Amino acid sequence: MSILIDKNSRVMTQGITGNTGQFHTRTSRDYANGRNCYVAGVNPKKAGESFEGIPIYGTVRDAKDKTGANVSVIYVPPPFAAAAIWEAVEADLDLAICITEGIPVRDMVEVRDRMRKQNRRTRLLGPNCPGVITPGELKIGIMPGHIHKAGRVGVVSRSGTLTYEAVAQLTELGVGQSTAVGIGGDPVNGLKHVDVLQLFNDDPGTDAVIMIGEIGGSDEETAAEWVKKHMKKPVVGFIAGVTAPPGKRMGHAGAIISGGKGTAQEKLAVMSACGIKVTRNPAEMGKLLKSVLR
Amino acid sequence: MKIHEYQGKEIFRRYGVPTPHGIPCFSVDEAVAAAGSLGGKVWVVKAQIHAGGRGKGGGVKVAKSLEEVRANAKKILGMQLVTHQTGPEGQKVRRLLVEEGADIAKELYVGLVVDRVSQRVVLMASSEGGMDIEEVAAKTPGKIHRVAVDPQAGLAEGDARAVAKKIGVPEGALGDAAKLLQGLYRCFWEMDASLVEVNPLIVTRGGRVLALDAKINFDDNALFRHDDVVAMRDLDEEDPLEIEASKYGLSYISLDGSIGCMVNGAGLAMATMDTIKLYGGAPANFLDVGGGATADKVTAAFKIMLSNPKVKAILVNIFGGIMKCDTIATGVVTAAREVKLSVPLVVRMKGTNEDLGKKILKDSGLPIISADNMAQAGEKAVAAIKAKQAKPKPRPKAKPRKKPAKAKRKAATKVKKRKRK
Repeated sequence: MSILIDKNSRVMTQGITGNTGQFHTRTSRDYANGRNCYVAGVNPKKAGESFEGIPIYGTVRDAKDKTGANVSVIYVPPPFAAAAIWEAVEADLDLAICITEGIPVRDMVEVRDRMRKQNRRTRLLGPNCPGVITPGELKIGIMPGHIHKAGRVGVVSRSGTLTYEAVAQLTELGVGQSTAVGIGGDPVNGLKHVDVLQLFNDDPGTDAVIMIGEIGGSDEETAAEWVKKHMKKPVVGFIAGVTAPPGKRMGHAGAIISGGKGTAQEKLAVMSACGIKVTRNPAEMGKLLKSVLR
Repeated sequence: MKIHEYQGKEIFRRYGVPTPHGIPCFSVDEAVAAAGSLGGKVWVVKAQIHAGGRGKGGGVKVAKSLEEVRANAKKILGMQLVTHQTGPEGQKVRRLLVEEGADIAKELYVGLVVDRVSQRVVLMASSEGGMDIEEVAAKTPGKIHRVAVDPQAGLAEGDARAVAKKIGVPEGALGDAAKLLQGLYRCFWEMDASLVEVNPLIVTRGGRVLALDAKINFDDNALFRHDDVVAMRDLDEEDPLEIEASKYGLSYISLDGSIGCMVNGAGLAMATMDTIKLYGGAPANFLDVGGGATADKVTAAFKIMLSNPKVKAILVNIFGGIMKCDTIATGVVTAAREVKLSVPLVVRMKGTNEDLGKKILKDSGLPIISADNMAQAGEKAVAAIKAKQAKPKPRPKAKPRKKPAKAKRKAATKVKKRKRK
């Protein structure tokens, strides 16, 4: 079992003709069940053409109607990415995963507002995220597939390579993953830690969760409060940025300590108080998780 | 991206936000001439640097004659202005704003930011203008009023008026204040700002509302649609190493420690910095080489790290996913040779083509210290510095040397804490 995606998902790539879209569609299709899952590409100017056997459609709606795709992964360049997200949302897909980094915050505020006002059913993951993988079944995004191992631990993180780090540690310890989800490093995004934790809580295929956060915002605190009240499975955590000075943006647009809020220390303290076992050593995330498995 | 106060006020006026009359100046003579052409009897000479807290640092002075304007301009221009945001070394003042004096009856605060929880632009306003707003938020949060703005509708007049009333704008000025707040919101939205702050917003004795200060930060991701904003960039205000890094698509931030780190991915880069601290060291920088690092990029990264004289060791931590370890290894070897690396280099590589990468490092004949995981990498980097420091002298003498180093570190964190306030 898994969350968000599995071998029955049907995926389209928006921005399939760009370099990034091509590269990652290819590596994702070559992973596990990818050949059956990647069914369509979208490019308004190249409808009717194909990419290595994957048919290209002019619109998301058309791709959905013709192929039954229910998930979209978006590699469209930043100036047009928010419009691409909205197109996926308007077509009522189950899930839109936006990998694109560098989307103006104002564009995201507009899209998220429209999604809420129209009560849209589509879930959004990202933007500026590595994507999601259900090991052994389906990979959607830019993570290296080979470090994963199918199993029963959920991983959720704001950062890409730090997610890979956690996954590799688990795999090395012989602990497989149910699903690994990168929610992205932007301040205005779709699914948050708390949303993904809820999904893991309800997933019979997940026994425990690693939650990886970073400085900035209060998503980790919100998630921790939820864990305290509702989570039936053990959660362990790590927060990156103990050494980050305030007022400086640490790469991710969302990774900034402002007004003394959003520090790693504060987040770690709240998480501990809510029953989440935390480590300050990122090399020990896997070990810590293994220690809570029954 | 940040801009100067005088540039912010130019933008404010475009949106109908009233400000005092003022003229930007680059020399003492220009400042005196500016005061003359503004007329009146009272002027304010204001240092233009990107950091806040200029008044407390002595960068804002009132002058009651042209002689005083001259004296103040002379004092401020070229000074190394130290504020709680500049760090102890301060920032050199290269530009001034000479403004007509304002007859202040009330000082208020207004700010706009994107709120991550409501995912909307939030207007924050307070009756406690002129003060450090973070302090107000911490001590008397009830004095800060917030309105989350509907992005489709914009800031409604009724909402703007209600906020103005709550923060103590007198009845007669409420209409003007509401218009000003609406203008600020439109400015934030249309200019793709990440922060708009007016501290203080004033009510004059004559009942006018004016933005006495102007702070605008912009969303870097949206600069592609604002050429006029890009033209306002003042490179003198930015860290030269950070500018150099941005040319190569590297995300670099200078820090106070002695271990330079080069990592792929922002989260892993922060985690690596944290690991260094965990083992008793301190990172000299944050450096994310991003996804598609080439040998050129790695070489540039090495040069940038090493141009910081505080760097005593380098730690490379790469999780090769898309990026292959052998590519990085080749880049590291090339860079180490090109810059004639003289400090210890610790490399930790993981992921795609890991073994090939390790072999390239080993075959290079360079004294590269290899680490199997992050913890080991941090530990070895810290140990390498200690070993180097201890080398010239026999062991017993090396030990007491550690203490002053620790004390220094403590002093550095104290400075940081002060900055946070």
